Amino acid sequence: MGISVKHISKSYKKVNALKGISFEVKPGELFGLIGPDGAGKTTLFRILTTLLFADQGTASVSGYDVVKDYKSIRNSVGYMPGRFSLYQDLTVAENLEFFATIFGTTVKENYDLIKDIYIQIEPFKNRRAGKLSGGMKQKLALSCALIHKPKVLFLDEPTTGVDPVSRKEFWDMLKRLQQTGITILVSTPYMDEAALCDRIALIQDGKILQIDTPQGIVKHYPKKIFNVQADNMYELINLLKDYAHQYSVYPFGEFVHYSDKRADFNTADLQSYLTEKGLKDIAIETTKATIEDTFMELAK
Amino acid sequence: MVSNNIIQVENLTKAFGDFTAVNAISFEVKKGEIFGFLGANGAGKTTAMKMLIGISRPTSGKATVAGFDVYKNPDAIKKNIGYMSQKFALYDDLTVKENITFYGGIYGLSRKQIKEKTNQLLEELGLQKIVGELVGSLPLGWKQKLSFSVALLHEPKIVFLDEPTGGVDPITRRQFWEMIYKTAHNGTTIFVTTHYMDEAEYCDRVSIMVDGKIEALDTPKKLKEQFKAKTMNDVFLKLARG
Amino acid sequence: MKRFIGFIKKEFYHIFRDKRSLFILFGMPVAQIMLFGFAITNEINNVDIAILDHSKDTYTQEIINKISASKYFSVQQYIANESSIESVFKKGKVKAVLVFENDFSKKLIKENLAKVQIITDATDPNTAQTISNYTNAILQNYQKELNKNVETPYQIITQTHMNYNPELKSVFMFVPGVMTIILMLVSAMMTSISITREKELGTMEILLVSPLKPIQVIIGKVVPYIFLSVINAIVIVLLSIFIFKMPVQGSLFLLGIESVLFIITSLSLGILISTISATQQTAMMISLMGLMLPTILLSGFIFPIASMPLPLQIISNIIPARWFIIILKGIMLKGVGLLFIWKETLILIGMTLFFIGLSIKKYKIRLE
Repeated sequence: MGISVKHISKSYKKVNALKGISFEVKPGELFGLIGPDGAGKTTLFRILTTLLFADQGTASVSGYDVVKDYKSIRNSVGYMPGRFSLYQDLTVAENLEFFATIFGTTVKENYDLIKDIYIQIEPFKNRRAGKLSGGMKQKLALSCALIHKPKVLFLDEPTTGVDPVSRKEFWDMLKRLQQTGITILVSTPYMDEAALCDRIALIQDGKILQIDTPQGIVKHYPKKIFNVQADNMYELINLLKDYAHQYSVYPFGEFVHYSDKRADFNTADLQSYLTEKGLKDIAIETTKATIEDTFMELAK
Repeated sequence: MVSNNIIQVENLTKAFGDFTAVNAISFEVKKGEIFGFLGANGAGKTTAMKMLIGISRPTSGKATVAGFDVYKNPDAIKKNIGYMSQKFALYDDLTVKENITFYGGIYGLSRKQIKEKTNQLLEELGLQKIVGELVGSLPLGWKQKLSFSVALLHEPKIVFLDEPTGGVDPITRRQFWEMIYKTAHNGTTIFVTTHYMDEAEYCDRVSIMVDGKIEALDTPKKLKEQFKAKTMNDVFLKLARG
Repeated sequence: MKRFIGFIKKEFYHIFRDKRSLFILFGMPVAQIMLFGFAITNEINNVDIAILDHSKDTYTQEIINKISASKYFSVQQYIANESSIESVFKKGKVKAVLVFENDFSKKLIKENLAKVQIITDATDPNTAQTISNYTNAILQNYQKELNKNVETPYQIITQTHMNYNPELKSVFMFVPGVMTIILMLVSAMMTSISITREKELGTMEILLVSPLKPIQVIIGKVVPYIFLSVINAIVIVLLSIFIFKMPVQGSLFLLGIESVLFIITSLSLGILISTISATQQTAMMISLMGLMLPTILLSGFIFPIASMPLPLQIISNIIPARWFIIILKGIMLKGVGLLFIWKETLILIGMTLFFIGLSIKKYKIRLE
């Protein structure tokens, strides 16, 4: 009764935004759609919130068909579109009240649900929404999406352009919300946020690359992966890319993630290659593949 | 040693009425450095950056960029820097070539220079085939790479990048950073803001702004030691949460 | 219903918080009326006129003396026959010709009735109107003087003839035009902009996903502007009555009802525009180019419809403003009742229903 998506396809004039996507979200699950801009996430959200028709395939949200029962869905879901959809010229309190009213409820009635979140912005309740910082806007938007106690919550890139602190706070809130039994479908381009979901779907170019738990998904990475470090990052990347046996070379923070084509890869070979080319302070150690590694591998 | 610093900032302050957006920040950026300029939303990053690129006049304090004073010579600064932001980059309704020609023209490049630069740039990015397509029809990652190259057209001494990789897929994001490395390697200074903390690690030095002040400034490695944190993300969380 | 009221409340917040638009909204009618009112002055001074005197007797001489004695007119020339009237006007100096009929004195004494014809150059409609008023006043005075000593009162009948611009427009004539334009602008442009703004902001997505029905969204958008437009209409009428002393001949009630009808017509046009435009900018362009220009040019507000080329005359029929101006002129200037303007009213009602029907059909409950 959560969300069920079967073979959904959708194309605009030129672009195939979605190419036969299927997945299930269980009730009460926190499900993440992870992928870059243009992967088709927003299109999928709009189909599920009954704003768009799919060209092919069917989908249902808490048991309601997105085409036939669109009215029931509109009554029972909360939706936070990608751009912050608040009225900039209304105050925090007025925005919240407005959304409560149009969903036929009052702020008082469901205050419990949003209390945790709203309490952080309540001191600014007479401030216009346009004057809030990104993190606060996001909290207000979430409060507005929750005010009618939806069964399913759709959050389309809620953390894009938001700083890491606000992002972390936001995810903490989602975790607490999940405990109230709400099913949450959230999309994000930040791979590090994927680890916080129950299950994730990696999506690129309208196709799902993989669906699994965050722990499970990294197992799909086919190779051993190594952290490589040296005194000159730029040289290091170039040298690794020129290395005949390299399978993949990606900078990852202070390291370069390296994997090798050979099954019997020996780090000493690489070490001597890099030393020979004049690099110093070389360190090579095994590491675990991350969701981002997996994504890049699958997206190749 | 002043000549070695391409950006020199001392007690730079910007106040809007009662509100001090940037509160007496001081730092310098060396030639050829990749300088990460981090901070939470609303910490004053954008305001500070606007002062440095000569489009906003500071309330008080000193700053020179590429050797020019931000009060006296904002126009000279504009000629000597490149700027790229996620929000405003290229014109979607112009073709790749038209965009390049337009920006080349803005920076006073001759027709011949523009032609040479265009060819060189297209070859590097592998965009020769789509030179006549509208920029609006390109994938985001290509757009960002192209707009970075365009910001470099007039061979500025320093480029300001305002969240250049927001929303870009991980592979392109890395290709983008490889371009940054290369540019820095060739001697251009990079001044970059980002919300990806792994990208902060790519920088030579990083400053973190909290509530209008620079609370930390060092190499990522030293910052991690200083704050006893494993990653830059943890450093950031510790700092910004107070 | 509570949802709906909440929605309207929000709309009013938007309107009252946007101080700049609000100022334009209410400043514009005042400015326009003042502009049209004062730019066209009511004063005339030493206007050149010509005399065509068929009788040349004492009475006509006395009248001519009176007229040339007034500071308003100076008698420029005497002409001999009707055929020279045209050429006198064409030279452009003379603004009016007074024509006394044959045997003016005789008729006045014998029949107690004589005729003077005032022919004016109405290319400058306001002056023409004023000239005719002033001349009339002088003749009336003279008539009163004569009648002091006479048992059966003499009557001098004046016939006014407007050359070149028989419809005659003056400040009073501009009021209906300005009112029409302002109502059209406020209603159509503002509504279309306010709806497209929600599309641009992305709030339309949330409204669509909410249990609010599309019709509630539309009506909720429209109600505040009905209210604002009615206020505007009242301001315009009050200004014309109190500053320009314009008499409203007909029923104010009917005027109100017809105005609301036209406001609704314009609003439905505004909604229609918003359904076909994705951005505020497009909505504004369509409103300005698609509504304002035709309204100004083809409604008969500035250029008389009768003197337009036939194709434009035909097109002018589909301009709602054309019919509303006829209605307004009828009620305000001629004082007619519904009996005389039912046809125009019906046309407006028809147009409104058509636009509403079309926009409901076009209004998307989804994004595509």
